[in-house]
Amino acid sequence: MSATGTPAPAGVPQLVPRRRRGTELVLLVAALVVGVGAFVTAELGYSGEIPDNLVSVAGGFVALAVIAHVAVRLLAPYADPVLLPLVVMLNGLGLAMINRIDLDLVASTDDGPFAGQQVLWTMIGVSGFVIVLALLRDHRRLQAFTYTLGLAAIVLLLLPLLPVIGREINGARIWIRVGPLGFQPGEVAKIFLVVFFAGYLVVKRDALALAGRRFAGIDLPRGRDLGPILVAWLVSLGVLVFQRDLGSSLLFFGLFVVLLYVATERVGWIVVGGLLFAAGSWFGYLTFAHVQERVTGWLDPFSDTDAYYQIVQGLYGLAFGGMVGTGLGQGDPSLTPFSYSDFIVTSLGEELGLAGLMAIILCYGLIVERGLRIALLCRDAFGKLLAAGLAVSFALQVFVVVGGVTRLIPLTGLTTPFLSYGGSSLVANWAIVALLLRISHGTRRPAPQVTPLQADDATQVVRLP
Amino acid sequence: MNRPIRVLAVFCGVLFLALLLNSTYVQFVDAEDLNDDAGNRRVLDEQFSRKRGPILVAGEPVARSMKTDDEFDYQRVYRETELYAHLTGYYSYVQGSSDVELSANEILAGSDPVLFVNRVVDLIGNEQPRGGSVQLSIDPAAQQAALDGLDALAGDPSGAVVALEPDTGAVLAMVASPSYDPNLLASHDLSEASRAAKELARASSEPLLDRTRENSYFPGSTFKLVTAAAALESGKYTPETLVPGGPTLDLPDSPQVLTNDVEACGSADITLTQALALSCNVSFGSVGLDLGNEVLQDQAEAFGFNDEQTNYLDGLRVVRSTYPSEAPGPFAAYNAIGQFEVSATPLQMAMVAAGIANDGTVMAPYVIDEVRSPDLEVVESADPEELNEAVSSEVADQLTDMMVSVVDDGTAGEAAIEGVEVAAKTGTAERSEQLAPYAWFVSFAPADDPQVAVAVFIEDAAVARELISGGGLAGPIARQVMEAVIEQ
Repeated sequence: MSATGTPAPAGVPQLVPRRRRGTELVLLVAALVVGVGAFVTAELGYSGEIPDNLVSVAGGFVALAVIAHVAVRLLAPYADPVLLPLVVMLNGLGLAMINRIDLDLVASTDDGPFAGQQVLWTMIGVSGFVIVLALLRDHRRLQAFTYTLGLAAIVLLLLPLLPVIGREINGARIWIRVGPLGFQPGEVAKIFLVVFFAGYLVVKRDALALAGRRFAGIDLPRGRDLGPILVAWLVSLGVLVFQRDLGSSLLFFGLFVVLLYVATERVGWIVVGGLLFAAGSWFGYLTFAHVQERVTGWLDPFSDTDAYYQIVQGLYGLAFGGMVGTGLGQGDPSLTPFSYSDFIVTSLGEELGLAGLMAIILCYGLIVERGLRIALLCRDAFGKLLAAGLAVSFALQVFVVVGGVTRLIPLTGLTTPFLSYGGSSLVANWAIVALLLRISHGTRRPAPQVTPLQADDATQVVRLP
Repeated sequence: MNRPIRVLAVFCGVLFLALLLNSTYVQFVDAEDLNDDAGNRRVLDEQFSRKRGPILVAGEPVARSMKTDDEFDYQRVYRETELYAHLTGYYSYVQGSSDVELSANEILAGSDPVLFVNRVVDLIGNEQPRGGSVQLSIDPAAQQAALDGLDALAGDPSGAVVALEPDTGAVLAMVASPSYDPNLLASHDLSEASRAAKELARASSEPLLDRTRENSYFPGSTFKLVTAAAALESGKYTPETLVPGGPTLDLPDSPQVLTNDVEACGSADITLTQALALSCNVSFGSVGLDLGNEVLQDQAEAFGFNDEQTNYLDGLRVVRSTYPSEAPGPFAAYNAIGQFEVSATPLQMAMVAAGIANDGTVMAPYVIDEVRSPDLEVVESADPEELNEAVSSEVADQLTDMMVSVVDDGTAGEAAIEGVEVAAKTGTAERSEQLAPYAWFVSFAPADDPQVAVAVFIEDAAVARELISGGGLAGPIARQVMEAVIEQ
C-alpha cells in the first residue's frame, strides 16, 4: 500500500498509512495463547485436571477476541495494531486468575464463582467496544457533546449518593444497584470527564495559557484564570468527602491538571495543581479517619496485622511468589481478601512471580505509550487532548492501584484495568480502547484524495470520494 | 501540544519505572524478611505440605512424614510417644512446632545450608526439596529403662530422668512424665488439633512441660555435691576434714536452727566424707556458712547454674538453674543444702554428676548426634564441646570416692550394681508442710571409668510423706538406667 493524497509539507516525515491488521492478528493469537494458556495451566496446577468450563469460558473468550478484531478490521482498519492484543492478553490473564481463585473460594466460602460473571462482563465490554467503533465514526463529533457529557459525568458521580439505588460497599459510596445489577458509575464518568476536559480546554486554552507572574523561571497562571482548576479541585474533594473514594478523587484531579498542562503548555499549571493537591491531601489527612488509616497502613502495616490484614497478606503473597512465582494454581492468593478484584495484582505476582508482574506492568506501560503516541500523531487539538487524557487516566489508575497494593503509595480503592473482577471497570476500559483506536484510525488513515474538478473553473469545488 | 505530550510520556515512564523498582524490592530484596515473618501463613502452609525428614533414634524413625491424600499431602506421625514426645516435640498447624521439630526445623524442612547441594539437585530435577533427617543421641534401652522406672511408681507419678555420657555430653536418656501424644496436635483435622491443644494446655498435670529442662526445682541434698566441691576446691577442706555433726546448727541472725533429717550424723564432729554419705544438713550448713555464699555461687556457676543463655542441647529450651547472689545471715546455710533460693533442672543435676565423672570438666550436653541428607549421607556429626572446668581432676577424684561411699556406707545403697562401683548422692527436698517433698538421685558408674551419669527427679508420687526419700524412690530408677547403658 502506498501513500496517496497531498504531499506532506517539507520537514515533516511522510507517514505511510498501513493497515497492519495482519500484525494485529498475529499479536492477538499470541495474546490468546497467553490468556487461554494461563486459564488451562492454572487449573492444571491446582487440581491436575483440564478445566471443565474450558469450552464455555475460554471458547467464549476467544470468540469475543475474534469479534473485536473483526470489528476493528471493518470499522477502524487503520487503527493501532498493538492495543487490542495487549488488552485481550490482560483481560485473558485476569479471567484466568479469577477462575483460579474461584477454585479456592468455592471450596471454602460462599463467595464466587466470579469467572462466569466476568465472561459475561467481557462480552458486554466487547459489545460496548464494537458499538463505540460503529456509532462514533469520527472522534471529533464528540466535541459537540462537551458540556452534555460534562453534565452527565456529574450526574453519574452523584448517583451513588442518592437513596434507594446508591450503595455503600466497603466504606466507599460509589455503587448503584438497579435490580440485580451493580455498577460503579464513576468508571463511566471518568471517560465523560476526559471528553469534557478535552472539549473545554481546547476552546479555553488560549486564555488559560496567558502568562501571569513569573516565579523561579516558571510562568504562573493569572489569578483570574484559576476558576476552572479550583472547581475541579472542589469536585475532587467532594468525591473524597461524600463518596470516600480516595482513588477516584486523585484520578479526576490529576487528569484535569495534566490536560491543562498539555493544552496550555504551561508548567505553571502543574505547580498550581501540585500545591492544590498537597493542600487537599493535607486537609483529607487531618479530617478523615479513613485517610489516616490508609496512610498508617502504608507506612507501617505490620504495626497492626489485623487492621491492615489485606495489605499485609498481599505483601506476603508477593514475597512468597518471589522471582519466578509459585506457578499458576500453586500459590495461596485467596488468603488475601479481594484477591480477585482490588488485589488481583498481588495474586498474579504471587503465582507468576516478579518476572510475571513486571511483564504485566510493562504491558500497561505499552498501552499508555501507544495511547500517547496516538495523541502525538493526532492532527486535531481535541483528538490530541482526548487521546492524551485517556492514556494518562490509564497510567494514573494503574500507578495508583498497583502502587497501592505493592505499598509504594497508600492504598486506594481503584480497580486494576482489565484484570480485576468487576463489570463497570471492564466495560469502561473497553470503551476507552475503542476511543483510542477510533482516534488512531482517524490519524493514520490516508488523507482523502482531493480532485479538482476543472482547473479553469471560476469557483473551486472540492469533491470528496 | 506535542512537547507536553512528550514530557508526559517521560513522566508516565517514571511512574512505571517506580512500580517496577518497588515490586523488585517487595518480591526480591525484602522477600526473605517477609517470608520469615511468623504471620506468613503461606510459608507455613508450604512447609506443612512438604516431605519433612524423619527424627531417628538408633536408626529407627520416631517422627516421620507419611503421604496422605488431604490438602497438606504429608502427615507427621510420631511413634512411641510416651518415650519421645518431649524430645521430638510436635509439628502442628495450629500450635506451630516445638523441641527438636522446632530447633532442627531447617534441616528437617530441607532449607538448612548443609543441605544446599541436595536442594540444588532437587531444583534441577524439578522435585520438591526434601528434608534431611536428624539422629538423636538417645540410647533406646536407657530411655526405656528410665520410663519403666517412672511408670513403676505408684499413682500418676510426675518426674524426670536425664542420663548423660560424661566424656561427650551426649544425652543418653531424657524422659519426663507425664507425657502427651504429639499425634493429636499434628492432626490435619485442625479443629480437633486445636481442641487437643487446649486440653493439654489446661491439664493440671502439665503434660506439655518437659520436667527435665523446662522447669527448675529445689535440688535439696543433691546440691551438697556442689557444696562439697566448693569446700575441696577452696583448699580449706579434704575428704577427711572434720566438720560439725550433731543434731542442730545455730544459725546467725536467726532464732531458727538447722536440723538433720537422720540421726546417724552423731553428736560430735564427723569427716566430710561421712557427712556426705549420711547427708548431714548440720555439717553442710556449717561448711556453707564457713565458705560464704560467694564461694558457693562461683562453684555452682562453674557447673552451669545461672547460665543466662543456654546455647547447648542443640537449641532445645533449657530454663536457668539458679543460685542466689544475695544470702544474708543464715541463708548461705540453707543454700548449701539446696533449699531456699537454689533451684536446678534435672538436666543441670545430671551435668553436676557428669562433670565430677569427667575429671571435673562439664561437657556441653547435646541431643542431636548426626544430621543426614535425604539420601542418608551423614552431613554433620556432633562435635563434643567443653562447657566449663568445674573442679580440678584431683577434687573430682576425691568427690568420686566420697560419692562411692554414699553408695557403700550411706543413703544411696539402692543404686549398688553388682560388680560395678557406683558413685551417687541422694536428695529429699522440702517444699512446704502441705506439699510432698521432691525425691532426687544423681549418680554415675562405673566410678573408675564412668560411662553414664544420671539424674532422677520425682516431683510427685502416691507415696506417704514419710516414705519419700531420694534413695528409696529415685535410686532404683537410676540404677536401672545405669545398668541399661553399662550392659551394652
